[in-house]
Amino acid sequence: MHVTSREFGSNARAAVADANLRQSLATMKTGFRARRAEAVAALPEFEALRDAGKAIKDHTLTHLDHYLERFEAKVTESGGHVHWAGDAEAACRTVIGICRAHGARLVTKGKSMVTEEIGLNAALEKNDIDSVETDLGEYIIQLRKEQPSHIIAPAIHVRKAEVADLFREHHLEFDAGRPLDEPRALLDEARTVLRERFLSADVGITGANMLVAETGSAVIVTNEGNADLTQLLPRVHVVVASIDKVVPALDDAATILRLLARSATGQVMSTYTTLATGPRRADDADGPEHFHVVLVDNGRSRLLGSPFQDVLRCIRCAACINHCPIYGAVGGHAYGSVYPGPIGSVLTPALSSVEEAGSLPNASTLCGRCEAVCPMKIPLPRMLRQWREEEVDRNLTPESARQALGLWAFAARRPAVYRFGTAMAGRLLRLMAGRRGRVRRLPFAGAWTRVRDLPAPEPGGSFMSRYKSGKEQ
Amino acid sequence: MPPAAETADTTAPHVALFVTCLADLFRPSAAFAALRLLEQAGCRVTVPPRQTCCGQPAFTSGDRDAARDQAQHMVEALEAEMVDYVVAPSGSCASHIRNHYPALLRTHPDPEMPKRARHLARKTYELTAFLVDVLGWTDVTARLDATVTYHDTCSGLRELGIHAQPRALLAKVQGLELREVSAPEECCGFGGAFAVKYPDISGSMVSDKVKDIEATGASLVLGGDMGCLLNIAGMLKRQGSTVQARHVAEVLAGATDGPAIGEDPDSR
Ligand code: SF4
Repeated sequence: MHVTSREFGSNARAAVADANLRQSLATMKTGFRARRAEAVAALPEFEALRDAGKAIKDHTLTHLDHYLERFEAKVTESGGHVHWAGDAEAACRTVIGICRAHGARLVTKGKSMVTEEIGLNAALEKNDIDSVETDLGEYIIQLRKEQPSHIIAPAIHVRKAEVADLFREHHLEFDAGRPLDEPRALLDEARTVLRERFLSADVGITGANMLVAETGSAVIVTNEGNADLTQLLPRVHVVVASIDKVVPALDDAATILRLLARSATGQVMSTYTTLATGPRRADDADGPEHFHVVLVDNGRSRLLGSPFQDVLRCIRCAACINHCPIYGAVGGHAYGSVYPGPIGSVLTPALSSVEEAGSLPNASTLCGRCEAVCPMKIPLPRMLRQWREEEVDRNLTPESARQALGLWAFAARRPAVYRFGTAMAGRLLRLMAGRRGRVRRLPFAGAWTRVRDLPAPEPGGSFMSRYKSGKEQ
Repeated sequence: MPPAAETADTTAPHVALFVTCLADLFRPSAAFAALRLLEQAGCRVTVPPRQTCCGQPAFTSGDRDAARDQAQHMVEALEAEMVDYVVAPSGSCASHIRNHYPALLRTHPDPEMPKRARHLARKTYELTAFLVDVLGWTDVTARLDATVTYHDTCSGLRELGIHAQPRALLAKVQGLELREVSAPEECCGFGGAFAVKYPDISGSMVSDKVKDIEATGASLVLGGDMGCLLNIAGMLKRQGSTVQARHVAEVLAGATDGPAIGEDPDSR
């Protein structure tokens, strides 16, 4: 996976200073959070559902090979084809192969994170195949030549006025003076443009929210219905899905669907929930003539049996992202990965490397809110910490941090040394504070005082020294 | 001699006060307030002399070995006193002992160590949770004529479920009015080393928090963790705000005569 997470620090700094971005993020936070809270409060069995969802995924992951093979058998039975792709390159090659075999020049795409992960659009372009994103948010960022900044709201960082300008620049077939102030007008215009693409596309590519082993179906949820048009109208439907999307049976899919929309947007159900099972049958009114599923591993099977296995339970609802204070401060692009937020900070090093993406798991206060809202009860903070342990194990932490920690560790196990150190630190900080109660600029740890003061230790020495000498004040 | 030993009552619960490193260095008055509160609640309080830090700096930095060694040191330091309970004026340190010591010491070469860690974990509590949940004590006698707000610290709230306890105690403080912030579950942006590793993000988070605190109209923000309080008070001061910050124990023990966190020492 292509990541630029090494630049997280400087990206974050720029993002925090970006007033427009902060405004978009503030709206997102209040909107998504309030709607989820309402939806959860309205469903007394939500906690029980979380346990059920977790159990389904844990069971499936323990028998992943079995359910994937079952899924493959069912797809084949219904007249479709399953392709196994070990990595991003193999996945792209497979999709391009299918497109070529059908002489495709234009493909439409439903919103799919795994195709972002494997860089499918770029690969298609290189092979002279036009691909058009049909989810409004994805369409916007495709025109802007950007990565998604959020896994369920990819263009959350783009303001309405910017979309209007973008459309005026790209949709030259429309009257230049048309009003585009209302979101509705933007949506209608995108629909008009996309409708024509839907009808002329040779291949439709979608992701899948789940794959059902029992029936060989791919489950897709959207609010715009674009994935339905993507998979029904062209002659060929290609589903690209990662191997962790499989669930045993339709009942299981139903359980997880009850968690998904509530956690994501606070809806009871997404507007459209569609199951695609094989190509069109003889008596079907519509549907594709060919049905392909590309199963992408891309590093996931490596996580089975590792301390990161639980992350494969993720259903990409984005609740952790919507509630993350770090994401809320810097937005998605700063992460340098198509997966931002807590899930991204755990997944990105797993799919690339901790060398590439180690800054992401460090950028967390471990406040625990992500785990508290995750419908699949994924222990994200524990895994963020786990990545830090991997960094320490591989000597990737900066020398200065290692030295400081070494010094602390030496003293903290030797109370006499520790007391001496505390006394020195207290005296030094008091000296720097002068007659004030706080230090405005620290020569060491200047990062603290760049943004806020450091309250100075109270005069009179540490608690332990005062207690020992019987002096409270 | 420390005052507790003079009034030793052998039937009273024997509590070891784990001061925590930040209260020890930055805010002794919060630790003295905690000590006084525990005594008011009828406990016999000991301050184990070999205690230092719970080890979170190593643990959250991913240095598992250092975190394990520090956990071992603290098990030995705290349990040497043969107390019934260990109480800390901090949700995050209490949670670290309760939730992480057993796992850190599970495979320790000393076969007794895992058991000792589990034992310590079971008897360690955050101050307000100990008073309310374990002792069933809310007989606060303090008075403070002020409008305050309470900051729920992340580890206290989500790892220990501390929410009702400080509020139950504050409700007993005469003259005090409590107003809640609009986003009570939002982290203040401290996060230990995070605050210096990512100062811009941390600064953005704490400035949001301070805005929320100021919007309540409270003149004082209280909390149960010195880390968060240093962060919040540091931002309040930097912005020149008149809102003060204190550890909740100070208010509950009626120890609010001295300067608030980060206030000039001779400001009163
Ligand atoms: S980690 Fe949990 S909360 Fe985050 S996207 Fe995945 S399922 Fe949703």
